[in-house]
Amino acid sequence: MYRYDEFDATMVAERVAQFRGQVARRLSGDLTEDQFKPLRLMNGLYLQLHAYMLRVAVPYGAMSSKQMRRLGEVARKYDRGYGHFTTRQNIQYNWPALVDVPDLLDELADVEMHAIQTSGNCIRNVTSDQYAGATAEEIEDPRPYCEMIRQWSTFHPEFSFLPRKFKIAVTAAPHDRAAVKVHDIGLILYKNDEGETGFEVIVGGGLGRTPYVGHTIRKFLPKEYLLSYLEAILRVYNLEGRRDNMYKARIKILVNSEGADKFAEAVEAEWAQIKDNGIDLPREEIARINDYFAPPAFETLSAESAALEEKKAADKDFARWVRANTVAHKIPGYAIANISLKPIGGIPGDISDVQMEAVADIAEKYSLDEIRATHEQNLVLPHVKKDDLYAVYKALKEADLATANIGMVSDIIACPGLDYCSLANARSIPIAQRISERFADLGQQEELGEIKIKISGCINACGHHHVGHIGILGVDKKGEEFYQVTLGGSGAEDASLGEIAGRGLSSDQVVDAVEKLVGVYRQHRQDNERFLDTYRRLGADPFKEALYEAA
Amino acid sequence: MKAITANRLEDGVVVYLGADDGWTSDLAKAARFEDEDAKAALAGAEARAGEIAGAYLIEVSDAGAPAGRETLRETIRKDGPTVRLDLGYQAEA
Repeated sequence: MYRYDEFDATMVAERVAQFRGQVARRLSGDLTEDQFKPLRLMNGLYLQLHAYMLRVAVPYGAMSSKQMRRLGEVARKYDRGYGHFTTRQNIQYNWPALVDVPDLLDELADVEMHAIQTSGNCIRNVTSDQYAGATAEEIEDPRPYCEMIRQWSTFHPEFSFLPRKFKIAVTAAPHDRAAVKVHDIGLILYKNDEGETGFEVIVGGGLGRTPYVGHTIRKFLPKEYLLSYLEAILRVYNLEGRRDNMYKARIKILVNSEGADKFAEAVEAEWAQIKDNGIDLPREEIARINDYFAPPAFETLSAESAALEEKKAADKDFARWVRANTVAHKIPGYAIANISLKPIGGIPGDISDVQMEAVADIAEKYSLDEIRATHEQNLVLPHVKKDDLYAVYKALKEADLATANIGMVSDIIACPGLDYCSLANARSIPIAQRISERFADLGQQEELGEIKIKISGCINACGHHHVGHIGILGVDKKGEEFYQVTLGGSGAEDASLGEIAGRGLSSDQVVDAVEKLVGVYRQHRQDNERFLDTYRRLGADPFKEALYEAA
Repeated sequence: MKAITANRLEDGVVVYLGADDGWTSDLAKAARFEDEDAKAALAGAEARAGEIAGAYLIEVSDAGAPAGRETLRETIRKDGPTVRLDLGYQAEA
């Protein structure tokens, strides 16, 4: 993992000290709220319905046990004993007092964490594949590139006041777990026909009120030019992006109104001028960053584990968990284990202080000290020996963290919605809970296979509803909650935006609606196709008919 | 009728301008204003920037409950998250 050097440590410590002064001046009345608001937002501190909300950055979703343990301690000491993992692989606290936030940030700084660039019109936390460094699918580990982007973008003076926020995602695997096509910039590391590694550069994707799948503006960028090319994109956007209308200020509007070809030309012209100006890192610096991500001390093991097979045969719930929540690791004898933060009827992404500490302990003992957060609001233990999987499962079960439902119908993304968020129009979490309860049977869920339900409580789409196989958008109709269903979206390598199924449904109708949609799938499913495949094969009509028949 | 709500500056919790001109956590004890007086009262509340942040007007019924279009939102602010009954003012009730 990356470790702070003296520059990182100094920057973060100075930032906390500066914010401590700003908070003191706000509390003493020297700063008005209008003056203070942009300052607190630069430090990840929002004001929500019930209290302040602090969003803590988890760069590309990677954490150590020590960091996770501290997140749990902070939840207990400064919050109400829990945190909420977000779709940017970050964690949010829902109840910190303003007076405590500087101390809280100091305690995070002790473990190399902060809340910088988790808000505001800057380059936000870079996200990546949660299986980075562990999956055999990847060309190489994407985390060093994420770290280079993090360092380049942190406090970048030219890009601290962009027209709007800016989100970058990186993957190095053909199966996209980072939703790169619906980001401001998505980067796919791959090997071209000549055997060279470089990035496919995708620009102008995004969700929100005007969703787009991104456009590839460069099929192959030699990887050593990553930063100068990003800088060229940001420069064009910074200059040409609209600042007159907040709803048209994201890069997606610029790219899609100008056309991707024209935007690409402008980027190439800018890049031609700056590519040899020393923006890209020298070879030694790339090597230095790469060294932080050297593979941990994997043992030489046989590919199969007799202990694992024995336990699977003896404990069918464990066998189900292994099938649902673990995936292949690149090293023989290891597995990647997912921790679902979607217990049946639970709040997606929420985790208690005690659970955080349990995860920290388990990772320390069984996952080479590493934990990942996923954009689907779950956690990952990236490096577990197959021999240890049963012990891990037992420990997770003890902590109520062993739900076997990854990628299934109850593994729902939901934004905080009107239960917490001041922007929301409707609640998201209760809908997720009721759908989860309706499909509580894990055997049935496994039989249904991959179904991605994503719920947002307003058009800003933090719950990624546009890219849900089934998307649910909460709207307000004259003071009443209504839900609009979209179908056929995907945030993966087969990215697409869902189509609106029809008129909005009441809160009471929406869970039945999901069950009807799943019923159509079950009826028409061929072989082992996913819900999304059936939808794409049949088109929307049978699903719409089922939704609105005699309703 | 209107009432004035805000978040308390030091910890962000929901408060209402009380009939005694202090801030209260209890909407039932909030001062109620006729629509035509509400704007001036809000300006007065906003000037107390060292105590609160984000003051705005909400609609309340004669009985002092959230009313109008934002009933659900203001009920959730008044009570706490509907999915965590152990949190917010509802937990103290």
